[in-house]
Amino acid sequence: MAFFFQLVSLSSTSPSIYIPFKYTNIITHSSFPPTQTSSSSFNLFQPSLNLFIKFQNLQEIMLSAKVTCNSHGQDSSYFLGWEEYEKNPYDEVKNPDGIIQMGLAENQLSFDLLESWLESNPQPAAFKKHNDQSIFKELALFQDYHGLPAFKNALVKFMSEIRGNTVSFDPNNLVLTAGATSANETLMFCLADPGDAFLIPTPYYPGFDRDLKWRTGAEIVPIHCSSLNGFRITKSALEEAYKQAEKQNLKVKGVLVTNPSNPLGTSLSLHELDLLVNFITSKNIHLISDEIYSGTVFSSPSFISIMEVLKTRNLMNTEIAKRVHIVYSLSKDLGLPGFRIGAIYSNDELVVSAATKMSSFGLISSQTQYLLSEILSDKKFTQTYLSENRRRLKERHDMLVKGLQKSGGIRCLESNAGLFCWVDMRHLLSSKTFEGEMELWKKIVYEVGLNISPGSSCHCSEPGWFRVCFANMAEETLVLAMQRVTSFVDSMVVKKNNQSRHQQLLLNNRNSRRTKSLPKWVFELSFNQREVAADER
Amino acid sequence: MKPNFQNSANNPPETTAGSTGIFTDMRVIVPLQGVVQGGGSGVVLGSIIPCALFYFLQLYLKSKNRTGDDPSAPPPPQLPEISPPGGELQRAQSVRSIWSPRGANGQAQVSSRGSSVIKHPDSPYHLGLKRASENPYDESRNPDGIIQLGLDENKLSMDLVQDWLMVHTKCSTICQELQINGITAYHPFDGLSELKMAVSGFMSQVMEGRVFFDPSHMILTSGVTPAIEMLVFCLADVGNAFLVPSPYSPDLDRDIKWRTGVEIIPVPCRSSDNFSLSTTSLNRAYNKAKKRGLKVQGVIISNPSNPVGNLLSQETLYNLLDFATEKNLHIIATEILAGAGDDKNQEFVSMAEIIDSEEYDRKRVHIIYGLSKDVSLPGFRVGVIYSSNQNILQASKKLARFSSISSVSQRLLISMFNDSRFVGEFIRTNRERVERMSSLFVGGLKNLGIKSMKSSRGSYCWADMSGFIRPYSEKGELELWEKFLNVAKMNVTPGSCCHCIEPGWFRFCFTGLTENQIPLVMERIQKVL
Repeated sequence: MAFFFQLVSLSSTSPSIYIPFKYTNIITHSSFPPTQTSSSSFNLFQPSLNLFIKFQNLQEIMLSAKVTCNSHGQDSSYFLGWEEYEKNPYDEVKNPDGIIQMGLAENQLSFDLLESWLESNPQPAAFKKHNDQSIFKELALFQDYHGLPAFKNALVKFMSEIRGNTVSFDPNNLVLTAGATSANETLMFCLADPGDAFLIPTPYYPGFDRDLKWRTGAEIVPIHCSSLNGFRITKSALEEAYKQAEKQNLKVKGVLVTNPSNPLGTSLSLHELDLLVNFITSKNIHLISDEIYSGTVFSSPSFISIMEVLKTRNLMNTEIAKRVHIVYSLSKDLGLPGFRIGAIYSNDELVVSAATKMSSFGLISSQTQYLLSEILSDKKFTQTYLSENRRRLKERHDMLVKGLQKSGGIRCLESNAGLFCWVDMRHLLSSKTFEGEMELWKKIVYEVGLNISPGSSCHCSEPGWFRVCFANMAEETLVLAMQRVTSFVDSMVVKKNNQSRHQQLLLNNRNSRRTKSLPKWVFELSFNQREVAADER
Repeated sequence: MKPNFQNSANNPPETTAGSTGIFTDMRVIVPLQGVVQGGGSGVVLGSIIPCALFYFLQLYLKSKNRTGDDPSAPPPPQLPEISPPGGELQRAQSVRSIWSPRGANGQAQVSSRGSSVIKHPDSPYHLGLKRASENPYDESRNPDGIIQLGLDENKLSMDLVQDWLMVHTKCSTICQELQINGITAYHPFDGLSELKMAVSGFMSQVMEGRVFFDPSHMILTSGVTPAIEMLVFCLADVGNAFLVPSPYSPDLDRDIKWRTGVEIIPVPCRSSDNFSLSTTSLNRAYNKAKKRGLKVQGVIISNPSNPVGNLLSQETLYNLLDFATEKNLHIIATEILAGAGDDKNQEFVSMAEIIDSEEYDRKRVHIIYGLSKDVSLPGFRVGVIYSSNQNILQASKKLARFSSISSVSQRLLISMFNDSRFVGEFIRTNRERVERMSSLFVGGLKNLGIKSMKSSRGSYCWADMSGFIRPYSEKGELELWEKFLNVAKMNVTPGSCCHCIEPGWFRFCFTGLTENQIPLVMERIQKVL
């Protein structure tokens, strides 16, 4: 809305500004997710637009609705925090009071391992074979969108290694994409038409709103998970979400889960995976399992891939297995987001063939594929890397958990994976609302100087949870961050104690009087309700 | 016909079930006659009517499949039990399947968008590429293999790049260059600013310093394909249309129509005008689109034209800009081949040059550039969007996350482009080689009595073989194409794949050959004449 008004106001001052006229269309679409009416307009000219054009000043050039539409989520607080960080980034020497970036799920803990590998194996990075012969020509002309066979082979082996070699993957079912972002979008293009919906358990990765919805026109319907059971997926939550989608007139095409979960940092239990398989079987829908954090599982329970479940339940060669698709990437597991390597693994040859054709819209350079095929084929290296990386992640995770525990007993959701913790700060909220969460988040960004992601940006249904990343900084920086949190919580406790002394008296009074005169108690409670609520833990 | 009819009278259900696809028309006629004849027989009627209904349903689904125009149309509201059109893949999502616990059938439901991609039949262009890649010609190992003349790639100057790489990656400098922290971490999705600087310098160098490209107006993507698609996503909504002068690149249909839902309206150009673009034909195509109820959002041109290889003159560009201004359209100018070869009679004029110097609204012009053709670096997959429109730039920046370039490639290219001596040398040598190949190839065709476009440049040759096709139609053209593939063992691109309205034109990409292969190619061409 704001964007629209802003543009209108601009247009009065400058004659050559474009009004995205289709924005009117967007407003209706974003509030009422496009249903079949909008999908039927796939090839039809929308008469309403036609009318609108007649009122348009012809001097303005139209842009597509997608450009002007707001569903990319760039305006959410997740991104605002990033902007704030970019204005004032922490630097040990140059800017010691700057904001520490704890909103970036990047793994910088094991760079040195890769670095030393590259140092001892300089040939692949220079596009040479081990006999120093250049492979450049071969690589530069390698246009095929099926991917470099050597790399695909190495990647599927790496994927099975992460899953303890309990399952194997067929390289022919693998489609390479420029990052998991592209993989997710491509799958959406393949599985959903505009106006179709995918169910996603909350809290979920804030980028999904943009990656899955923007260009594809698909919709997301949240599966609400609750802190009461540690945000686990339940049968009733699944059914509820499905009903919700039907109510909104959306055709549900599938469920998308991140396993291990981003932002929770927990891997799915066997029970949950079973539930999901049963659910997609009964509803006849797809399941996308985003397993880009599978290599980061650093403590028990160990990671269970959806493929293992299919295998143990003897579903591998059934229609159900065909509806299960895995998204993978080396950005998190190998800490190589700059390389932009993602992949789709599907048991359905139709999906594989469609995705392969679509992968020409986001290919990986053949040089990169070659370099990585060399890295991943070095079994000794991948083994050491995986185990050492897990050890370091665990160390870091424990540091954060303990540090927060010391800071006035801030607790984290018990987790076993990921580059982040899901932190419970409900007791620090001034009110148990998302406004309260936003207020606390702003304090943390501006006063404490930490950029963390508020739960609301992850569509969490309860206010007061935050995602805090721990793997993208030096150890000293994490220590400093913990110190900042401690002093912040201390200052809050002092403030609160001063505030609550008065309330405590009132409460005591009230308690003593409770049995005597109920009406007065009711009166008093309603009078003091606000302050009492603020004090609630 | 007679036995069928008799059967139907006696035993109608069997007939209908047994009738093969050859007599599809019979399926409906025969049972209906049965109804007339069968009189009061309830059994016959009871079995015939469902058969007829089933046939109509099939016909309905089939026609829906064939047109593929409206794959996502909703089911008619009054008949919710009939599955939504769009073929068998979608049938499982009917309303019924939602309620039935087991689903309608176990089939995986791909989106209609996805299934249209799968079902989309491969054109001869794609078939030829596939055949040639399965059985590639090799002088010693596979002398009977198929020679690839359909793939637009430049192998002529690969050695220069390779030599440079060998020298500059000799010691462990590469490790310093690719400093691990610099390449592994997240980087701006729209490309490193150093690479943008380097590419802008390179582009200016290709234009011989006539234009300055502002690096801040650039978005880098992993290849030209995503660059074009991204621009189309930004400029048009589903159902909008772009005017494209035909013949146009055979890749364009897939690149811009598949996922965006945008239509292409060809603007036919004729050999009598040397395939040049005229405002009259633009206007005609524009009106045609309007008549079809399509909203035209812009014009996509390729300069130099692919597949014809001619340059758009300054005048043509001005006319095009006038047209775009009048109709309020965007212009996407793909100038991927700007660096390859240079015509002595005509100078290449970039769109950037014109909007730089003139009073046109530069916000409606968007340029696509790529490194695959000019620098013979197809494996590096770098595409460039160059636009002065801030809205487009911002939107593309966000979209760039779906097709970002690997940082390894970026770092390497930065150091290569920063070696300006090498770049200058490369551009010069590459042009010389392309020109030499071009004259050799065109000369070879001439000796065979095949004329090709005079102003042919770039890495291919647009040849007129209409004298060799019989009948003079698309059918004849494709027959010749098949002969090329099967008899002459070479893959070429027929004009019909480029939407050329005149049959008999073929595109030969010669920059994938070596000089000494030309006699062999000519020999093979002669086989099919």
